[in-house]
Amino acid sequence: MMYAILCYHEEDVVCAWSKAEDDAVMAKLAVVQERLIKAGKMGASLRLLPTTAATTLRKSEEPPLVIDGPFAETKEQLLGFYLVDATDLDDALAIARDLAAANPGGAYEIRPVGMFFPDQRVAP
Amino acid sequence: MTTPSLVDPAWINAALTAARPQAVAALLRYFRDLDTAEEAFQEACLRALKTWPVNGPPRDPAAWLILVGRNAALDGVRKRARHDPLPPDEQLSDLDDAEAGLAERLDNSHYRDDVLRLLFICCHPELPVTQQIALALRIVSGLSVKQIARAFLVSEAAMEQRITRAKGRIARADVPFEAPGPVERAERLGTVAAMVYLVFNEGYSAGPDPDRATLCDDAIRLARLLLRLFPTEPEIMGLNALLLLQHARAAARFDVDGRIILLDAQDRTRWDRARITEGLALIDKAVRHRRPGAYQVQAAIAALHARASRPEETDWAQIDALYATLEYLQPSPVVTLNRAVAVSKVKGAAAALAMIEPLAPQLSGYFHYFGARGAFLLELGRRAEAREAFDRAIALANTPAEADHIRTHLDRLMAEAGI
Repeated sequence: MMYAILCYHEEDVVCAWSKAEDDAVMAKLAVVQERLIKAGKMGASLRLLPTTAATTLRKSEEPPLVIDGPFAETKEQLLGFYLVDATDLDDALAIARDLAAANPGGAYEIRPVGMFFPDQRVAP
Repeated sequence: MTTPSLVDPAWINAALTAARPQAVAALLRYFRDLDTAEEAFQEACLRALKTWPVNGPPRDPAAWLILVGRNAALDGVRKRARHDPLPPDEQLSDLDDAEAGLAERLDNSHYRDDVLRLLFICCHPELPVTQQIALALRIVSGLSVKQIARAFLVSEAAMEQRITRAKGRIARADVPFEAPGPVERAERLGTVAAMVYLVFNEGYSAGPDPDRATLCDDAIRLARLLLRLFPTEPEIMGLNALLLLQHARAAARFDVDGRIILLDAQDRTRWDRARITEGLALIDKAVRHRRPGAYQVQAAIAALHARASRPEETDWAQIDALYATLEYLQPSPVVTLNRAVAVSKVKGAAAALAMIEPLAPQLSGYFHYFGARGAFLLELGRRAEAREAFDRAIALANTPAEADHIRTHLDRLMAEAGI
């Protein structure tokens, strides 16, 4: 069974870390990740940019509405996510609009990825 | 190896720093006095350092600090008034219920108004810019007077006086504590953004001095705060992008001896990719609004540099065009001077020189004018004039690093001339 582990933290606090503090946390995480890689359990992982860099496509509206900022409602639940390689925000929004046409309702939050580590599992 | 935990002093410090603007801003709403709000926050921090390692961190650090700070300050007032004191600290340690209630009241709009009011007070139009900066760094960012004094190369006593004067002016100015209206918001947002930009520039132009370079981090923190308050404002996205993209080059801007390394010669692998990615994402977001502004244009210029993995790949024609837009949005001889550098790459040094020639009367006291002029003249082989320009530049240098940089040009000139 694949599990997604969703990382929540206070952005204010993480953004207040100095580069050295941030590096120290990343180094500690790398040790754990290394262990998971060796055990063949490490899928893709990534670090998102802060919510200030987010754009939300509200697809409960027709046509879908583009809003600056993260998805802030609590009525909906996180049901999944896509990882797409887009040339820029317009391209990412175009992709999101296509997806929205196929599955209206709710919202897509478009968050740029700061760091990306591809799937580390060995192919069968 | 010790297990890192949430009661780590480093974690607590980060939590206190992060909570500071919101907590001080809310305390200011209660007490309507900067000194009282500041003292209340200090007291709350002291209690946090004592109780958090024992009881664990609270769920909402800002709410905890506001509640404890408010109680401590009220306690102080009552003590002075010889009334019954509030319950002792230990009984305050179980704040969960009170905290939950308070956290609920601290909904986003409240938070926004509080922090905005705090920023607007620090950037009160009656305060000179130097006082705005000092006050914001002291009260919003929480730098000590000593740190600010060091960063601005003045004595601690002088900085203390600057901050005291600023507070005095605010007290006399009878600042309204109501949430500012939409028109005032828009007007004063520009002042706050300008203050943040100046803090950054102070750090950026300081050279490799670590005491001063941290101002860049403080400015970025303030810019992020501003963007969270104005998440749909393209100029604030632009400001954030600009600061991140400029600061991304920090590690590559000076050599081990503290000498300036120009953009062309920087080791671009030392640029901070995380900051660049975030800066590019933010400028991308801003541009969609189609409401250009000076910060966005400057960020777009910085983005073009950041996108070039080698100097030869820099899109100078686009940079020239963006500087032309900037000249239109924010006409200034310094902008034209910067544009001339782009022009020298696209059309050659002669065109660049012709462009800056008329700026001489306005920029006769400006280091970079003579630095650029010298470089253009040198490129054109007009050595004697180049030397004269470099001599003027050295005389006007603001930092030893700037002077050293020009001296390397002069040394090369002299070596080539066989002197």
